[in-house]
Amino acid sequence: MTALLHVDNISKRFGGFVALDGIALEVEPGERLGLIGPNGSGKSTLVNCICGTLQNETGSVLFDGHVMDGLAAHERTHRGVARSFQLPRPFHSMTLADNLRIPLLYTVHARSGPLRSTGDLDARCHELLDMFGLAKKSKQMPRDLTQVEMRKLELARAMAAEPKLLIADESMAGLSYSEIEDILALLVRLNERGITIILIEHIMSAVMSFSQRLAVLVSGKKIADGKPEDVVRDPEVVRAYLGQ
Amino acid sequence: MDISFDLLINAVVAGLLLGGFYAAVTAGVSISFGMLDIVNIAHPAFIILGSYIAYFININYGIDPILVSIIMLPVFFALGAFVYQVYYLSFERRGQESLRGLAFFFGLLFVTEVTLILVFGVDYRYVEATYIGPSLHLGMIDLPLRMLVPCLAALALFAAIELFITRTFTGRAIMAVSQDQLALQLMAADPIRIKRIAFGISIATAAVAGALLIVIQPVEPSVGREYIGRVFAICVLGGLGSMPGTLIAAVLLGVVESLTATFYGPSWAPAVAFGFLLLTLAFRPAGLMGR
Amino acid sequence: MNTLSFSVIATAVGLAVLAFAHWLGLDYFYFAGYTILQFIVLSTAWNILGGYCGYVNFGSAAFFAMGAYSSVFMHKFYPLPVPVLVVIGAVVSGIVGFGMGYLTLRLRGAFFAIATLAMAVVLQTLVINWEYVGGSRGAYIIRPENLEVAGLTINYIEYLFVLMLILAVVALATSRAIERSQLGFGFATIRDDELAAEACGVPTLRVKLIATTLSGAFMGMAGAPFPYYIGYLQPQSAFGLEYAVNSIAMPMIGGTTSWVGPLVGAILLGSAQQYATVTISSAVNLLIVGLMLVAFVIIAPNGLIGLVQEYLRRRQR
Repeated sequence: MTALLHVDNISKRFGGFVALDGIALEVEPGERLGLIGPNGSGKSTLVNCICGTLQNETGSVLFDGHVMDGLAAHERTHRGVARSFQLPRPFHSMTLADNLRIPLLYTVHARSGPLRSTGDLDARCHELLDMFGLAKKSKQMPRDLTQVEMRKLELARAMAAEPKLLIADESMAGLSYSEIEDILALLVRLNERGITIILIEHIMSAVMSFSQRLAVLVSGKKIADGKPEDVVRDPEVVRAYLGQ
Repeated sequence: MDISFDLLINAVVAGLLLGGFYAAVTAGVSISFGMLDIVNIAHPAFIILGSYIAYFININYGIDPILVSIIMLPVFFALGAFVYQVYYLSFERRGQESLRGLAFFFGLLFVTEVTLILVFGVDYRYVEATYIGPSLHLGMIDLPLRMLVPCLAALALFAAIELFITRTFTGRAIMAVSQDQLALQLMAADPIRIKRIAFGISIATAAVAGALLIVIQPVEPSVGREYIGRVFAICVLGGLGSMPGTLIAAVLLGVVESLTATFYGPSWAPAVAFGFLLLTLAFRPAGLMGR
Repeated sequence: MNTLSFSVIATAVGLAVLAFAHWLGLDYFYFAGYTILQFIVLSTAWNILGGYCGYVNFGSAAFFAMGAYSSVFMHKFYPLPVPVLVVIGAVVSGIVGFGMGYLTLRLRGAFFAIATLAMAVVLQTLVINWEYVGGSRGAYIIRPENLEVAGLTINYIEYLFVLMLILAVVALATSRAIERSQLGFGFATIRDDELAAEACGVPTLRVKLIATTLSGAFMGMAGAPFPYYIGYLQPQSAFGLEYAVNSIAMPMIGGTTSWVGPLVGAILLGSAQQYATVTISSAVNLLIVGLMLVAFVIIAPNGLIGLVQEYLRRRQR
């Protein structure tokens, strides 16, 4: 089975600083991959390179059999890659429903198929908001949301683009235990529908319970990739996290 | 076209002197735009204000214009601090710097220019000083003192700023705030105060630049507008926040402008800076020194 | 209310204004009214890029002047009726808008703003040095006394007034239609968060180029009849700073988030300036515009309609 996402030896520098150094990663369709690493290890840079916010300097990113290099971020979203931002970036001048309308208008419609009517769009926005428990606030503005609701909006907006691959970038930082359980359950449900998910997190319990496979990034290099139980016992991983 | 060597050499020399002056003009924007990320397009208005103050005091009290500007340094510093405070409270704090901040400075530019027109009229004004008029002659090279003295003063100002930024605590705090505001806060320095000082210095340089300007050429209120392009062109070309880059870019621009004016006519000169700016923005936004 | 209904109502309002002007019988009304209508078009045009997308254009005067100078060029080269010149002006300025956008829209908003200033000066310098359209000496266009059309004789200034009235209706209807369309949503995402917009699939560069082209085209459209209106066109006046300031001040004072703002701003500020120019002096009136811009930007960032909206929102609670 060919991998859905194939990150082939990519590197990225910022001036003299090497953020990513020859990262190779594969994600199978329908897989749940966890990605962990200390702060500054390059996780966000990796996400940005996969999604097109940044362009990798060497190597290649292949998605669904297509080469992604050189494609702008919006084109990659059209192909089926979606991401949520670590610090939520809602469109603050629009209601929640309208926030979800954007990916529907610009991604789902851009792909092909019949143009939905306004009524259909509204129904779809409502359906998505409902799935994330935000239906009651559909007419409110992002500034009226709580932290966890903002995170959910981020994920909902990423989902509205009907992606094949969803990258959730630290959606759970600073949330309470029950809130984390909430989001995890959502992500598992999405995965059950066939969506491949890369979960980037610091909260180990969440990552361990969610991931089928775990990859570890340290200082721009991937130092481990395998079953979660094995990876956490890997001496290099232990050293990276506990120091020596 | 018969390019006489004499003419060429003098055009280049004039360009070098002009470039030195441009460096001083740009130093202020290097701080406000390069380091503080504030697009102060009203900076040339402050320069022209400096020119007119130098003119007024020079004409009425006979004091040397450059001396006037040094006396005015604290006043302009306070003005800069005040403007920054308004800018910070109205825009930076609310996170709306982009559209509103630009409109704010544009409004300031406009108000300053129109006020000067109302007070002084649109006639060209010039100052009187002992070094306006005579020239040094080195072989075929003419060095008009009215350009040489400002150039030297400008380089002195430029060096002073460079030393301040790199050697004093406040100066290095300014560099720090441009790179990482949060880290600065954690080191118990108040970033807002630092930025206020930096902006104050930026406007203070305008006082000196203004005096130098009116020594070099007669001034009228709309002259500031030409300098918007020059100043930002130099800033971008030199690489934001890089003082050595600013100097190189300033001299380069000065020489190209001078050659253009000499061989193609002065009416083309304004387009040089702006053309440079557009080309740089289009093709190499990181500037010569790159970042 | 859909676009067609709006256009019909706007046209009706325009006809009412025209009827009033006829009844008044003062040429001055046409002259002053033309200026205000022109500002309605300019502010609406600026707002498409500035208010909807959040990209500040300081070079509005250049687009306006390009429209004016393309008319001058055509007048010397091959005279055409003014409505055709309007289309030509729109096309020329639209292309300039597209070109400038293509060069600079990949950069941050601040750089774009500075680039617009730069471009305005470059274009002005080119025109000053272009003898065919008069260079710095300026160009004369003799305005005919009357226009003969379909057997009717119309006062020429009234003809220009009607033309600008039509352009104003077109500009307002277009910007209102955009606001409610998918494109309008796209513009808003660019204003709110460009990075998130890209992640949602919005082709930001393409959308921004549409905005700059449209905005430029409308400004050129407004400029095309100008040489006929004023009779003598000089680069200093065509590229004058008052166009740049007004096209920014009017939408910002009126309110940038909807098509109503530029309309309100243009009418209020335009009328005030007409009054001030006649009673005080043109320099003072520009000073007042500048001060009002600074004041509004600090105190009322969403302009007059923002204040009204805020007031209504408070009333509802």
